[in-house]
Amino acid sequence: MSWKKALIPLATLPVILLLAYGFWTDPKAIPSPLVRKEAPNFRIAVFDGAEMSLASQRGKPVIVNFWASWCFPACYEEAPLMEATWRKYKDQGLVMVGVVIQDKDPNAREFMRRFGYSFPNGPDPGSKISIDFGVYGVPETFFIDRQGRIAYKQVGAVAPEVMEAQIQALLKGQGA
Amino acid sequence: MREQPSQPSMPEGAWRPGRAWPLVAAALCLLAAVGLACAASAPPTSSTALDDRVREIASDLRCVVCQNLSVADSPSDLAREMRNLIRELVQQGKSRQEIQDYFVSRYGEFVLLAPPKHGFSLLVWVLPFLALVIGAGGVYLVARRWATRPPGGPPPADPAYLDRVRRELHEREDGAA
Repeated sequence: MSWKKALIPLATLPVILLLAYGFWTDPKAIPSPLVRKEAPNFRIAVFDGAEMSLASQRGKPVIVNFWASWCFPACYEEAPLMEATWRKYKDQGLVMVGVVIQDKDPNAREFMRRFGYSFPNGPDPGSKISIDFGVYGVPETFFIDRQGRIAYKQVGAVAPEVMEAQIQALLKGQGA
Repeated sequence: MREQPSQPSMPEGAWRPGRAWPLVAAALCLLAAVGLACAASAPPTSSTALDDRVREIASDLRCVVCQNLSVADSPSDLAREMRNLIRELVQQGKSRQEIQDYFVSRYGEFVLLAPPKHGFSLLVWVLPFLALVIGAGGVYLVARRWATRPPGGPPPADPAYLDRVRRELHEREDGAA
């Protein structure tokens, strides 16, 4: 009977589709559930002694960059771009804050000196900010719009064209 | 006939001690259930109990920087910080589900070591059993067909072939004679 002959290939079809789905899916690509949602608020004591909170920046586009001095080479690759971006857009209202993950203060300060960091950076004791942002590696960068929502999350070093596109999108966004 | 002591008269449907026992028992059961539920979610009092609760919750969560290791078993710094956070949340009286929900809200369902039993992940739970049932059904059908096959001898030989064999045998016997 023809339907019986067709049964075996038909039965294998779902298995093949499932395998195809598995092989075409990147196991390292983990979509963040936080994108397009409100960014978790945090308070951070920055290295210059001041304290800042994310909530107090509402109405401004914010970039939160998670990094560490032991994160080589990715953090070293994107560091010049971070500082250049901050200098270029700070007068347009851009806020940039660096969150240092599981690092020793002297090492983090040396990293900041090496790349001439002038935007606020601070340690994350207990990795509470990192866990609240669902960070699982460094560097990770979150682009937060004027309404306080996470517009985009970059895992790994930020490429210049991605940085530019995301900042333009944030700056064009309506004020809160 | 001996007269029964008079009972105080009560209107129909009024509260009687005998009728109240099921209600009292139900209330006690409810109280016990609430008590148990509270005990389960209450912060553990001893250090060992707290360690056990933290380990139990951390065992269900994936270490996000490792390969197939739970937060409980991972030696990584991030897993250690996650365990510390779980400990704090337990001490604040958060339930296991609330803590799991928090980590899922931050990392997605990926953070759960066991895939959730809904949505696409349900396939992981259902497919093995489905395959088992289909396989068992197939084996049953094949076995039944074998068992009901009528017993028979060898298939009938081709008459032309039989003639040829007979002819050759005759020729051989004639040659030998």
